[in-house]
Amino acid sequence: MRRILSLARAEVLHVVRDHATMAQVFMVPIIQLLVLSNAATFAIRDTPAYVVDLDRTATSRGLIRRFAASGHFKIVEQSDSQALSNEALLDGRVTMVLTIPHDFESSLVRTGVAPVQIVVNAEKGSAAGIVQSYAGRILASYSAELTSVLRPSFRAAQSLSPPPSRGSPHIDVRVRSWYNPTLDYRDYMVPGILVSLVTLIGTLLTSQNIAREKELGTLEQLNVTPITRGQFIAGKLLPFWALALIDFGIGLTVGWLVFDIPMRGSLVLLFGVAAIYLVVALAIGLWISALVETQQQAMFVTFFVMMVYLLMSGLFTPVDSMPRWVQLLSEFTPVRHFVQISRAILVKGAGLAEIARPLVILVVYAAVMLTLAVRQYSKRTA
Amino acid sequence: MSALLGLLRKEAYHIRRDRRTLAVLIFMPVVQVILFGFAIRTDVENVRLAIVDPAPDHATLALRNRFAATDNFRLTAVVPRVEELEGLFQRGTVQQAIVFAPGFADRIARGLPARVLIITDATEPNTGSAAQGYALTVIQTYERDLIAQQKTASAAGANVRIVLAVRMRFNPTRESSNLFVPGLMAFILTVISALMTAISLTREKETGTLEALLVSPLKPWQIIVGKVLPYLAVGFVSVLLVILEARLIFDVPLRGSLFLLLAEGLLFILVSLSLGILISSRTSSQRVAMMGAMIGTMLPTMLLSGFIFPIESMPLPLQIVTNVVPARWFVEIARSIMLKGVGLAYLWQETLVLAGMAVVLLVASTRSFSERLA
Amino acid sequence: MTAGALAIEAKELTRTFGTFVAVDRITFDVRAGEVFGFLGANGAGKTTAIRMLTGLLAPSGGRATVAGHDVATQTEAVKRNIGYMSQRFSLYEDLTVAENIRLYGGIYDLSAREIRERTDRMIGRLGLAHAASTYVRSIPLGWRQKLAFSVALLHEPRVVFLDEPTSGVDPITRRQFWELIYETAAAGTTVLVTTHYMDEAEYCDRISIMVAGRIAAIGAPADVKREFGADSIDELFVQLARRDPARAKPATPERTP
Repeated sequence: MRRILSLARAEVLHVVRDHATMAQVFMVPIIQLLVLSNAATFAIRDTPAYVVDLDRTATSRGLIRRFAASGHFKIVEQSDSQALSNEALLDGRVTMVLTIPHDFESSLVRTGVAPVQIVVNAEKGSAAGIVQSYAGRILASYSAELTSVLRPSFRAAQSLSPPPSRGSPHIDVRVRSWYNPTLDYRDYMVPGILVSLVTLIGTLLTSQNIAREKELGTLEQLNVTPITRGQFIAGKLLPFWALALIDFGIGLTVGWLVFDIPMRGSLVLLFGVAAIYLVVALAIGLWISALVETQQQAMFVTFFVMMVYLLMSGLFTPVDSMPRWVQLLSEFTPVRHFVQISRAILVKGAGLAEIARPLVILVVYAAVMLTLAVRQYSKRTA
Repeated sequence: MSALLGLLRKEAYHIRRDRRTLAVLIFMPVVQVILFGFAIRTDVENVRLAIVDPAPDHATLALRNRFAATDNFRLTAVVPRVEELEGLFQRGTVQQAIVFAPGFADRIARGLPARVLIITDATEPNTGSAAQGYALTVIQTYERDLIAQQKTASAAGANVRIVLAVRMRFNPTRESSNLFVPGLMAFILTVISALMTAISLTREKETGTLEALLVSPLKPWQIIVGKVLPYLAVGFVSVLLVILEARLIFDVPLRGSLFLLLAEGLLFILVSLSLGILISSRTSSQRVAMMGAMIGTMLPTMLLSGFIFPIESMPLPLQIVTNVVPARWFVEIARSIMLKGVGLAYLWQETLVLAGMAVVLLVASTRSFSERLA
Repeated sequence: MTAGALAIEAKELTRTFGTFVAVDRITFDVRAGEVFGFLGANGAGKTTAIRMLTGLLAPSGGRATVAGHDVATQTEAVKRNIGYMSQRFSLYEDLTVAENIRLYGGIYDLSAREIRERTDRMIGRLGLAHAASTYVRSIPLGWRQKLAFSVALLHEPRVVFLDEPTSGVDPITRRQFWELIYETAAAGTTVLVTTHYMDEAEYCDRISIMVAGRIAAIGAPADVKREFGADSIDELFVQLARRDPARAKPATPERTP
């Protein structure tokens, strides 16, 4: 134990005295959290829209007003030229074009049915689908409004017979958005970003660590001492583990103070899981470090591993959207499980029972990675 | 000139000898495109659905059948009480629940509003909205069919309906890969060009070999060209590989001119390389250079270029910041050429911005390089 | 350990890297309390041999014991009984003198009291009392080397390996360094030292000269000189080194991984 502590203390001194590392550990996460949380959003609001109103009636203007007032669309241009609207779509000024035909109102009055067309720039994939569903909802509610305005005669005729609500089947649908009723992306992103930050910092620092000692020659001096491989790895891991936990705490505080992220579950549980998860992240770093010869190699391997881990973890894009085989692969990504757990605890208020499955996977992962790291580090050249 | 050639040859040797790095340089893009092309998607499919139906009757069963028949949903749980949903949501077994009120069929028959509650896990807002949209469509279709059944003759068209005709342009099937692959190109080029140059120059500084080059008759710009050209070549090969993969594996269309795309790619590589030189001229150790390259180039490319996250969704200050991120312009150019098939007539502004950045950064980095070292 | 017992015993010790034979069946022994000079040209195999004896490198053949423990099988027992000062300066430059000592004291399982006592004694003996809390990076090379030597002796090992401890050090410091070596040997610790300074070789109880992975000469400096009819170790060294067939070709690397 004394050996581990001695090594750990020296390691803390290395970190504390290296200003670049200190900045990296404490400033970078905060800045990143602030930038990332604002940047990492798929929120779709203010979709720039072009309106071609060929009808120019009170009804068509009403529809345009509904679009503008919905908060989902921003009408940036309006004309009656389809060519101009196409131009705007092509050069990227607008994402959607709404075209109202010239017989819009009259058709509604006569037959009760009228088409409008939207053209969506679907370059951006699923965002286009959401835009479409917003447009659909606006049209549905406007139709309902119009029913009473445009066809009063029909209403009147009907009122002689039993009221309309009687005869026609009617389903009353209510929609609840649990856990994130305001649909704020930050509630979703911040817990995930916290995970990615401690992962990046922890893994990068540890992966450089042994490689650097190899380059400096100080590792050889340690290798002629009777310290065991397990003690060595423990002594290296402990300081970074504590550091990363502190980082996690700082990040959580910033998330709470600045972004007011929800904290529905138990923070003690969250830190407990973080403690286990960090063993995985740091052991991966140490394993890489023992594997390579130079810091440069360590960096490349770490980057590669981290990129794969982060992008497959469901941090940015939901795991549910991935094809089956990628979902299976992502089970091997520790980041995925911790992202899932921290969202479950913070946003949904999950307890130990609800996170049991990913937690067990993390514990197994920790054991495997620690063993690998200890075995990869060899005090002797074969 | 022959001195320059000698330097070029030396740099090519370095790259070739360091097999591990070369392997990373060549294979990383290939693997990344495959993996991320598949992994980075935002399509919402197979929503995990729970049904809460305390008193099943013929109407709820009919509606449940409709949910089961849709490709968008996968029924993962049927529970009797709403209280049991919380745990399912927290575990992630369920993303959305349809809750039927008792007496559903009865109320429909009597013309009273029959109540259905849709509860959605909106942790990820877009997935939540999309899932709600799917569920609403299923229920509304069912309702419309009921109305049609009941009022075959009388009073058709009692309600006003505006029919929506939708056209999806440029990516009609809304393939996520079409969206992400052009962005991925920018990302990979940044990693190779900026990161590699920054590291390789700083390494020469650390090992002291750069001093040997500086006391030689080579001029600073020649040293830079010598260091940078091989990486330019490697970067160019990666672009070709990525475009090839995009075509063969993901069927990403290339509607515009290949030549224009390659030329723009070259311009972007130049910008990234200059950034790499600038970083290396201001740092003294590989570790700092690496951090600088990561914070200065990789993260902005990933987050602020529109590669994954749409720029329109960001708050205004960040949107302004994205203007100085070179990748933002290249992502826009690459997407426009590949998906929209437009030419320089539409892209001259973006191209001009990139070219401007290239000039400024090249001058700045050459100057900074010679100031610091010569 | 009784006087005359063997501190190091090597029999046919061999190490190959691929087809290159770095150390070729060397056999020698070092008695307890001896100062043993380990000489040889760059690339002759000295460092490889030391790395095997300290348990850093697995032997390809033969066997060796250090302080009575087999270097191939009882590596950890060997490590408890040896100190090692490598060619490259291997203390942490961003730690202070006292912190470096404390680190290694902890790693060798010394108690807090022992560490404190030995730190004081060592710093006093080295005349570094004023510099105990300076960063190692800012003290001069000569002192750094003496410090590294003292740290290698911190846990009172039975055998200490010094790989070119005085290279790049001024003559006065070199002399002081050798005084430290003598003190250490007088206290009963066996010292195996490599050097390129032939005057230093004369200070050793016994020396060996390695050529192309083999031991070409071994014995007390005077005996060896007599055996080869050389006036000085310097002359002897050049004479032996010329026999090395590899010297005709470009030099082989001194340190092979």
